[in-house]
Amino acid sequence: MLTVPLPDDCTPEAFRTAARKCLAQGLQPDEVIFSTSSTPSLFEEVGEESGSKLDMVVPRSFLDMMRKVLCHSASDRFALLYRLLWRIRSGERHILGNVADREAMQASRYARAVDKDVYRMHAYVRFAEREIDGKNLFVAWHEPQHRILQLAAPFFMDRFTNMDWLIATPVGTVAWDGRSLLFGPPAIRPSRTGDEVLDEVWRAYYRTTFNPARLRVKAMVAQMPKQHWATMPETAQIPELVKTASLRTKAMGEQPPDAPPRFAATLTERLAEKPHEVGDGTPLDLLRGQVQTCRSCPLYGPATQPVLGEGPLNAAIMFVGEQPGDHEDLTGKPFVGPAGQVFDRALAEVGIERSKAYVTNAVKHFKFEPRGKRRIHMKPSAGEVSKCRFWLQREIAAVKPRLIVALGATAMLGLTGRAVPVTKERGRILSSNSLSILVTVHPSYLLRLPDADLAALEYKRFVEDLRVAKRQLGTA
Amino acid sequence: MPLNLLQKLEILADAAKYDASCVSSGGEKRKAGSGLGSVTGQGICHAFTPDGRCVSLLKILLTNFCMYDCSYCVSRRSSNVARARFRVDEVVKLTLDLYRRNCIEGLFLSSGIARSADETMSDLVRVARALREEHGFRGYIHLKTIPGASPELLDEAGLYADRLSMNVELPAEAALEKLAPEKSPVDIKRGLARTRQQIEASSERTRSRRKPPPYAPAGQSTQMVVGADTSSDRDILRASSRLYASYALQRVYYSAFSPTGHPSTYLPDKPAPLLREHRLYQADWLLRFYDFSLSDIEEAMPGGMLDLSVDPKLAWALAHREAFPVDVNRASREMLLRVPGLGTRAVDRIIASRRHATLRLAELARLSGSLARIRPFIVTPDWRPAGLLDQERLKQRLAPQPKQLSLGL
Repeated sequence: MLTVPLPDDCTPEAFRTAARKCLAQGLQPDEVIFSTSSTPSLFEEVGEESGSKLDMVVPRSFLDMMRKVLCHSASDRFALLYRLLWRIRSGERHILGNVADREAMQASRYARAVDKDVYRMHAYVRFAEREIDGKNLFVAWHEPQHRILQLAAPFFMDRFTNMDWLIATPVGTVAWDGRSLLFGPPAIRPSRTGDEVLDEVWRAYYRTTFNPARLRVKAMVAQMPKQHWATMPETAQIPELVKTASLRTKAMGEQPPDAPPRFAATLTERLAEKPHEVGDGTPLDLLRGQVQTCRSCPLYGPATQPVLGEGPLNAAIMFVGEQPGDHEDLTGKPFVGPAGQVFDRALAEVGIERSKAYVTNAVKHFKFEPRGKRRIHMKPSAGEVSKCRFWLQREIAAVKPRLIVALGATAMLGLTGRAVPVTKERGRILSSNSLSILVTVHPSYLLRLPDADLAALEYKRFVEDLRVAKRQLGTA
Repeated sequence: MPLNLLQKLEILADAAKYDASCVSSGGEKRKAGSGLGSVTGQGICHAFTPDGRCVSLLKILLTNFCMYDCSYCVSRRSSNVARARFRVDEVVKLTLDLYRRNCIEGLFLSSGIARSADETMSDLVRVARALREEHGFRGYIHLKTIPGASPELLDEAGLYADRLSMNVELPAEAALEKLAPEKSPVDIKRGLARTRQQIEASSERTRSRRKPPPYAPAGQSTQMVVGADTSSDRDILRASSRLYASYALQRVYYSAFSPTGHPSTYLPDKPAPLLREHRLYQADWLLRFYDFSLSDIEEAMPGGMLDLSVDPKLAWALAHREAFPVDVNRASREMLLRVPGLGTRAVDRIIASRRHATLRLAELARLSGSLARIRPFIVTPDWRPAGLLDQERLKQRLAPQPKQLSLGL
C-alpha cells in the first residue's frame, strides 16, 4: 500500500499529476491511498515515475466532471476518481455514459452536489456596501458546503466587473479589484453585518411579495435550505410571516366588498362620455370598424383579428381569396403570406397593379388547428362562409368592381352562395347576380403541389387566367 | 403627506405579486463589460418566499393607479387599495441598489393604466431605456406590454427588454368582457401577434448577413387567471394550446385567483385551489414536453376538469391500462414518456444507459428516484406488475394521501 498526499484544496492539475504518476506505475486502486490529512501516513509515498511514459487520453466529459468532484467535501473523492480513471485505462472508456454504473453514478452525484452548491452561492450571496479607505467595497459572508470558490467566482467577476467586492467563507475568500480574482485563506464569520439597503428595501420587498394565501413552507425550505438563512437578511422575517399568514388570509376572506374611492366615480363618468370609436370616413373605413366586433360565428375566438380587404374604394377589379392565413392573421392584412407572394408575382407578370386592385377573402377570420408551435390551416365550413357573406357583400357594394376574380372554391361559395367546380369553370367569366366573376384556383394550391413540373404548369395556367381578367378590364 | 420610497415599494410590490411569472431564464448570455450585470441564460432564484415561490426579479408596478375596472385585479379603479406612483429614477435606483447586492437578477416592471395605454407604455419604456442606456445595466429586464399601446412603443420595448409579456387574463372572451369590460381581447391578441413578428424578424438574418439587434431575446409570455370565471380546465388548456401555436410563447402562466383583501362586488374573494393551478401546469408540461395531444388529456378529464386527486399523466395511464406495462429496456421514447413517474430526464437517462446494460429494478431506482409510482406500469427482467395493473384500487394506491400542510419550520 502506498500513499499520495494531496492538499485539501487540491487543484485539478495537482490531482492529474498525482493520478498519472500512479497510473504510470500501474498501481491498482486498492494499492493507493489518497490522503489529505496532515498526520504522517503509515505507508510509503508513491515515488517519482520510473521513466515509463503514460500514454492515456481521458474523455473531455471526465475532465469536466473531475473538476467538480474535486471540489466536493467527501473524503473519498480522490479514490473514487482514481477508480474511474483506472477503469477508463482498462478500456471502459464510456463508463460515464452508463448511469446505471454505481461508481459513475456516485461521481455524478458528487458533481451535481457541487453544481448545486455553486448555484446556491450565486443565488444566496448578499453583498453589503462598506466604505474602506475611501473606496466602496461590496462584502459578503457565505457558507458553502463544498470548496467551490474557484468554480463560483467567475460568475461574480462577469456580473460585477466594475465593483470591488470580497466574499469571505469558511473555505477561503475571493476578492475582485477590477483586474483579477484574488483567492485567500479561510475566514471567520464577521461580527458586523447589515446594510441599509438590505435591511430596509430588500427586507420590505421580500415580505411584501409573499402572498399569505399561498403558504407552502415545505416548498420554500426544499429550495432554500435553512443552513443558508443565517447569511440572508430577509429570512429573519420568515417565522413571523408564516405565523400570521392564516390570520391574514382569513381577514382577507371576511373583508366586505370595497367602497370605491372617489376618483373611481369620476373616471367611470369620463369613460362613459368618451365617444365609442367607430371608423369614419369612407364606407370601407366604416366596415373596418364594424367587422372588429363580429361574432356571427365562433372563428373570432381563436383568431387574432378580422382581416378585411384592402385596396382603393374605386378599384375596377376585386380579388377574393378563401380566408386569412397565419401571416394575415398576425398583420391584419390580406395576402401577405407565402400565397400572397405567389399572387403578387403573378399579378406583376400580367401587369395588374396590386395597389389598384381590391384584395379580400370570403371569410374574415383565420380558421386553424393548433399543433405545437404552429397553426394548421382549416377549411372554413359552408356555414362559416355563408355567415361571412354579410361582409363580402358590403365590400362589393362599397367598391362596385367591374370584375371579380374568385380565387378557389371557397371564394365562389362566398360570392354566389353555390358550390361551383373550379377546375371546370376556370378561366371563364360567369355572371351571377349582376356580378362578373372570373374563376381560377387559389394561389396556395400552387404551393401545395409536390411535383415541380406540375407546379410550373399550374402556375402558368394561373397567370393565363389572370391575363383573361386583364383583357376583360381593358375591353370593358 | 407624500409617501416615502419604502412606502411606495410596499404598495407597488404588493400590487405586482399576483403575476405568477418571475423567471429570468432564457435569452442571450451577457457579461457586464463596461456596465453592470450579466445574464447567464439559466436564471437564478435569489430567494424563496414562504409561499414557495422563487424571487428572481424585483417585481413591481410603476403605478397602481388604473382607469380600468377588472374585477379580478387588486388595482382596479373601484378598489380602495392604497395608491402610489414611482418616478422613473426611483425604479432605476431600487433596481441597481438591489442588483449590486446580488438580491435580484433584474427588474420585472408592470403598471396600472393611469391615463392611457400609450402614456403608460412609454413610461415603462423610459425606465428600461434609462437602465440600459444611462446606467449600462446588463441584467435581466421583463417588461409588461400594455394592450392597445402603439406598435412603435412595443417595438422599442423589445429592444431593451429580455422578455415581454401581455396577459390574456381569461380564457374566454365573453368572461373577459364581463370581468374586464374596458379590456379589448383583440388588442391583447394584436399585441402578442406584433411581438411574435418582431421576435421572428430579429432572428432572421438580413440580406447583408448582419443580424438585426436582438428583440426580446428571452421571448414572450402570457398569463391566465384561473378560477375567477367559470371556464373549465378544458377551456383553459384549449386556449393555451391556441396561444402557444399562435404567438410563439415561451410560457403560459396560470395564476390561481387569490384573495386580495379588496373584493369586488362582482367577484367574491374566494380563492381558487392551488392544486388546480398545479394540475394545469402539469397538463401544460405534458402538451409541450411529453408528446401528449390535447385530446389525450381531454380523454382523462371527464366534465372538462382535471382530476385533482391524481396528476394528468397518471389519470391518462389509469384510463389506458391496456397500453401498459411497458418494457423499460425496449420501449420507445414516446412510450417511456407516458409512464407515470418517469420525467423527461429519467427517460433520457434510461435511453442512454440501456445501450450499455440491461436495466433492472435496482438501476431504474437509481435513475429515476422513486419506484413506487413506476412499478405498476413497467416490466424489467426482474419485475412484472402481475395483477397490479388490473386492480380496481390502483388509483387509491397511487394517489397521494391528503396531508395537512405543514406549518412547522
